[in-house]
Amino acid sequence: MRADTGAPVLAGRGLRVVTGGRPRLEVEAVAVLEGEVLAIIGPNGAGKSTLLRVLGLLEPPTAGEVRFRGKPVGAGASLLALRRRMASVFQEPLLCDTTVLRNARLGLTLRGVPDPEADRRVRPWLDRLGIAHLAGRSARTLSGGEAQRTSLARAFAVEPEVLLLDEPFSGLDPSAREALLGDLEGILRETGTTTILVTHDRDEALRLGDRVAVMMGGRILQLARPEEVFAAPVSEEVAHFVGVENILAGEVLGQEDGLLRIRVADRSLLVVGEGAAGDRVLVCLRPEDILLGSVPGAGPTSARNALPGKVVRVVPIGVLWRVVVDCGFPLVALVTRPAVEALGLEEGREVMAGFKATAAHLLRRGRLDRPRGRLV
Amino acid sequence: MELIWEGIRHALWLLFTADPEVLGITWLSLQVSGLATLASLAVGIPLGTLIALTRFPGRGLVVSLINTGMGLPPVVVGLFVSIFLWRSGPLGALELLYTPTAIVIAQFVIAAPIVTGLTLAAVQQIPPGFRLQMLALGASRPQLLWLLAREARLPMLAAVMAGFGGVISEIGASMMVGGNIRGQTRVLTTATVLETGKGNFDVAIALSLILLAIVFLVNWALTSLQQPRRA
Repeated sequence: MRADTGAPVLAGRGLRVVTGGRPRLEVEAVAVLEGEVLAIIGPNGAGKSTLLRVLGLLEPPTAGEVRFRGKPVGAGASLLALRRRMASVFQEPLLCDTTVLRNARLGLTLRGVPDPEADRRVRPWLDRLGIAHLAGRSARTLSGGEAQRTSLARAFAVEPEVLLLDEPFSGLDPSAREALLGDLEGILRETGTTTILVTHDRDEALRLGDRVAVMMGGRILQLARPEEVFAAPVSEEVAHFVGVENILAGEVLGQEDGLLRIRVADRSLLVVGEGAAGDRVLVCLRPEDILLGSVPGAGPTSARNALPGKVVRVVPIGVLWRVVVDCGFPLVALVTRPAVEALGLEEGREVMAGFKATAAHLLRRGRLDRPRGRLV
Repeated sequence: MELIWEGIRHALWLLFTADPEVLGITWLSLQVSGLATLASLAVGIPLGTLIALTRFPGRGLVVSLINTGMGLPPVVVGLFVSIFLWRSGPLGALELLYTPTAIVIAQFVIAAPIVTGLTLAAVQQIPPGFRLQMLALGASRPQLLWLLAREARLPMLAAVMAGFGGVISEIGASMMVGGNIRGQTRVLTTATVLETGKGNFDVAIALSLILLAIVFLVNWALTSLQQPRRA
């Protein structure tokens, strides 16, 4: 995790939004801390965007209080003055019918920055987002990815104290999405911009979020580091939404036979991936890729990773059984009924859990000694 | 057939010799309809924008009324403006009936709903998220209105065209509140009716050609403003 996350920049307490007698939002407490990316995930209609609008001072809550840097909103500074310390990017790029450059500098123009200075401040962002060559182009002629990059440049150009992102990748095709996701990840890590990211996409939350809030039915059901949320969902609904993946937080120890050796808890794993010693990573494993064997049979030999553990839980789900094994960290496996019977799987049973080096999906989460600083 | 050719020939002669009466009528038409259009823009654009952006009880009714107003029959407008300006009417003391001002008022009443309705439609076709995005970018209330007007500028040009085209070619109201007084309130349409009635087809054709030319020129100018942005 980012070591230097600090005081809350934007916080909500007792937030309720009721429309037509039905509560759309009921959030006891939420806060984004200085320098962190808070990812808010949940299904459609969970109230994520409503929460973002309330925190962004774009929609007044029916009840509750929003605080900006500890001060209640409404006391002293006007909404407009506070909004000018933030910036938002929505799913739709929502550009004005003019050139890319004029669009990108709009936030500065609205703040009364003269054009030459606005241009000077916007240019680095156009460069950084790879759209400098489009500066003179009409926004109407842009592709979806280019338009969203313009929208991001427009937001970053005002150097917001909080950046609010509402499904910024959802409208893009897969390749444009992947490219932009990578660029945004880099910028957020370089600048350390305090960010709230709303998404329904698990991977985006895992990749960008320092903390993840899971929302359903207008409530935040869990707010924790991503690996906690995914490894230990607080309820069935959360588990159902995030899926039963194994997500293990680890640190790269080094390379070995073209594979990465990664330390997770007090165990070490060998997986395929890229990285260098000291990198923080998340190792993602699908439950159906976890193989179980009885001790000392140690499972199939092609599995590079074999971990002794103890069965904690065995639960039937449809035709398969969900088996949780404690290997120093919980590992969830999906196995067939004959396998459960053959291995005599039950609580307390000692087993070997294994998986192939190729079964793991690695997510890089930056370095311990990641340099920080503002772009420009 | 000969009647038509003779009419057109004489009409062109009237035009090229810049007949003072024809020129006078044309100039008055431009002034009256131009003023009425400007006034309807001054009222219709802010009003249309306001209605597009706000939600209030009875809004649906207001929008329906505006849409009905877009098709307001000029004779009906002429009738009511006449009643209001009649010597014994509510505004009779102003003694405006049968003056160019009366025609401007009547044409304003015709054009204002057209401009309001088209502005309303133009502003509403901007994606709903756009307002939120502009506010989120730090736009103040006046800045937001300005940005919305700028986004809707092309469809609003259509409002200008429709407003002006509607009033310069209407006849009922001009006839009723203006009275078609020679040299005072005679405009292109009322003059055309009169000359046709008298069998002076040459003059009527000349006036019609001028009217057509004005409508064409205005629309061509506005359209050419709209088109070159195609990249």
